[in-house]
Amino acid sequence: CLSERRRGQLAALSIAAVVIIVGVPLWWRTTETYRAWLPVNQINELANLQLQLSADVEVVFARGTVTPEQQKKVPTQVVISLCLFCSSPLEADLSLHTLSESPCGSLVVYVIPESSTLLPEDVDVYIGQRRTALLRIGAQMRVGRTLEQLLAHLEPRIKQVLQVMSFSHTDITAALSDRVRLSPGNKESIADSMRAFKSSPGYEITFSLLNPDPKSHRVHWDIEGAVQTYIQPLLTKLAPLANFSIDSQTLYYAMLGVNPRYDSSRSAYTLNSDSLAHVINPVEARLGSNAASSNPVLNFLLYVPDAHHSPLHIHDHKKQEVLSNAFHSPRWGGIMVYNVNGFYGPEAVFPVDININMAKVMGVFLAQLRLLLGVQSSAPPPGFLVAPCSSTGLADWELDRLMWSRTVENVATATTTITSLAQLLDQIGNIVINDNIAQQVSSAVTSLQLAVAELEAGNLGFALQYSKEAILASERAFFDPSLLHLLYFPDDQKFAIYIPLFLPMCVPILLSLLKIVSEARQKRRERQAKKD
Amino acid sequence: PPIVLFYVEFERKCRSHVSLLCCHASCFGDEDNAGQFFSSGHTNNWAVLVCTSRFWFNYRHVANTLSVYRSVKRLGIPDSHIVLMLADDMACNHRNPKPATVFSHKNMELNVYGDDVEVDYRGYEVTVENFLRVLTGRLPPSTPRSKRLLSDDRSNILIYLTGHGGNGFLKFQDSEEISNVELADAFEQMWQKRRYNELLFIIDTCQGASMYERFYSPNLMALASSQVGEDSLSHQPDLAIGVHLMDRYTFYLLEFLEDIHPASKTNMNDLFKVCPKSQCVSTPGHRTDLFLRDPGSVLITDFFGSVRKVEITMETINLTDPINPVNGELQIRKYSYVDQLPVSEIIHQKPKQKDWHPPDGFILGLWTLILLVFFKLYGMKHLKHIF
Repeated sequence: CLSERRRGQLAALSIAAVVIIVGVPLWWRTTETYRAWLPVNQINELANLQLQLSADVEVVFARGTVTPEQQKKVPTQVVISLCLFCSSPLEADLSLHTLSESPCGSLVVYVIPESSTLLPEDVDVYIGQRRTALLRIGAQMRVGRTLEQLLAHLEPRIKQVLQVMSFSHTDITAALSDRVRLSPGNKESIADSMRAFKSSPGYEITFSLLNPDPKSHRVHWDIEGAVQTYIQPLLTKLAPLANFSIDSQTLYYAMLGVNPRYDSSRSAYTLNSDSLAHVINPVEARLGSNAASSNPVLNFLLYVPDAHHSPLHIHDHKKQEVLSNAFHSPRWGGIMVYNVNGFYGPEAVFPVDININMAKVMGVFLAQLRLLLGVQSSAPPPGFLVAPCSSTGLADWELDRLMWSRTVENVATATTTITSLAQLLDQIGNIVINDNIAQQVSSAVTSLQLAVAELEAGNLGFALQYSKEAILASERAFFDPSLLHLLYFPDDQKFAIYIPLFLPMCVPILLSLLKIVSEARQKRRERQAKKD
Repeated sequence: PPIVLFYVEFERKCRSHVSLLCCHASCFGDEDNAGQFFSSGHTNNWAVLVCTSRFWFNYRHVANTLSVYRSVKRLGIPDSHIVLMLADDMACNHRNPKPATVFSHKNMELNVYGDDVEVDYRGYEVTVENFLRVLTGRLPPSTPRSKRLLSDDRSNILIYLTGHGGNGFLKFQDSEEISNVELADAFEQMWQKRRYNELLFIIDTCQGASMYERFYSPNLMALASSQVGEDSLSHQPDLAIGVHLMDRYTFYLLEFLEDIHPASKTNMNDLFKVCPKSQCVSTPGHRTDLFLRDPGSVLITDFFGSVRKVEITMETINLTDPINPVNGELQIRKYSYVDQLPVSEIIHQKPKQKDWHPPDGFILGLWTLILLVFFKLYGMKHLKHIF
């Protein structure tokens, strides 16, 4: 019973209603890119992170350093009688170690009296192989000093010991060097940061024997035994930092790319330091690499010179022979030249069987490995004596130092990765963010917060573990293959596609709506006119 | 600037804590402006060389890319550090009268397709998506090492693109394009993740200068063969092969690079002078405002070669333990391939259960048409017989 006109108006209105209420939201939802929720606030908080590192230091006073009255004031339980008659600080260190095992990241400083003969004359501090140090009280602290004076005297010296054994300002800034390139202050720290490999969850180590002259030398090396005996202990000790995988190979007819010069004064062939830089490239093309992993590769090459160019010595800038006869390249590896001409006389029958002295070779490679992995090489301050290297090649406190700097580096890298990922996803609107990426980001943020908390508490082992988890999660999130922005899908193209489809449809709706409105207005005007 | 506070609390106990308040992490993102950085060194070199056009008449683009590849290899960058992308195979093309060769000089003077060319992305694998994935590192986990750009924050990268281009885009494979905005965004993503120390971008296409207009990340230097509105021209045809062999800019670039050897000290200012307008007809352009070092102090071998830094090993460790003999003989494990063609399984295979699919659209449409016509013809009253 509605009139035709009325029916028409209702139809137009209902179509418009359906289009606006149902159609437009449906179209918007189906064409938007899926973006899972990211914890943006927490990520922004991370950007303003303050790192606080704390290390536990235990100071133990030996007998003879504090008077009995002071002993009562200092609530110490342990004032031990050090083995003051031990002949060397090394023995004392070993005997002390049987007392207690310091956890990772902590230190114990034993204060010994000035009169003790344990340390040599000019040495005030002895740094042991584990996490202990022996500190000799200065001469001025002998007579009539109070406990406060003693403590005030010891404080800067203990701080200095800490800077050598745990971390210092330069170490931490060097660890952050790729994030914050600071002013060119310390050349050494720059060289250190350039030399060591970046923190990575795994490393590949490859030992290669280069024999350019198999007709003259038949070279044998017991690489498996050598690796097991000399290298593996170090790598086991470094296990909390990264996984290591080792392989070895022998390359025949692999020449160095440089011609060595004959030096008649020494009757040997020489390689001077300038030509060393060009040695690596021709060889590198022939070294393989493990195609399955993307971990950084450390190459250690042992070059046995051919019979016509033996012996071959490396000379440094001052034209002095280098004792180790080896050189290394930052972030690549090391090369050692092993001369074998001494093993046979001129009347030998070629090919000569040669067994390589692996202890000597591994001594060099181990030193290079330490440098390339980031163990600091700077000399200790004057008055310090450092214990000789243990059989593993790494002291506990050196491991701690490495762990501190790696943890800081990991935290910094993970933070930057997460913040830049968040920034990126914010800027480029048409990247799809899947749920797994959001989950990785959340877990990275959580791990970072935990790592920072553990650093503050001084638990180095846990902090390193959390920082590694944070790095893994953040790298996985950042480098996820699905995060490619949709090509050819920017917003303006989206509109350009849909307008030709929807506009012709909308024109009649709009026109009928306009007609309804104008009719309603006309009716109202008529009513107004009728009233008047 | 970093704030460092030393706070030492020395309690009258055995334990004491030393805390160090380290520098703010806010200096990470914001301090990236140019003044902060100093001339830092690089420890390794990478090269990404891309040829984007296919078809035989685009022979010159492949020859361009291979000439740069050859120079870069000669100056020391190993294959493991070069990502070579060639969109088409000219050496083994049916129309190549001299198979297995790609020449860059007429009269076949120089064969740039030697015997150790290692192509990482070939043919249809050269797409915009793959190129961006290589740059940003977002490759699927199954990608082998040779197809990845494994650079770090101390890598100098050389990127060379050639093909057909226009104002703000470069054509890939005759079917898609990469725009200068996308390229600039990709470089910014590389910078955010510190995937390069310094980057040299060379492009040899028509209107090549438009491709580096939108860069905004630091430490980028760019060279192009022609300005916006100009075309890059090809050099010389070879009558025996029948196509143009090289583009002018890359031809003179190759000539320039042939004079460089690994120890040479030529710098970037000489590279900018390569191919002046008299030789190239187009005007080559370059952009150095985003680069922090002075171009006069940048060596050619910083990007095109691979000069390693070396240090003498001063210390050794004295090892005294004897070697433990490794236990037992080598365990010989026999490996064998999985049966590649399991014939017996194939012969006795049961036919696979096909999933039921609803009828195709065509069938549905056809039936709808038939029904409509039927009811139109015979009227709606027959409907009640059906339903």
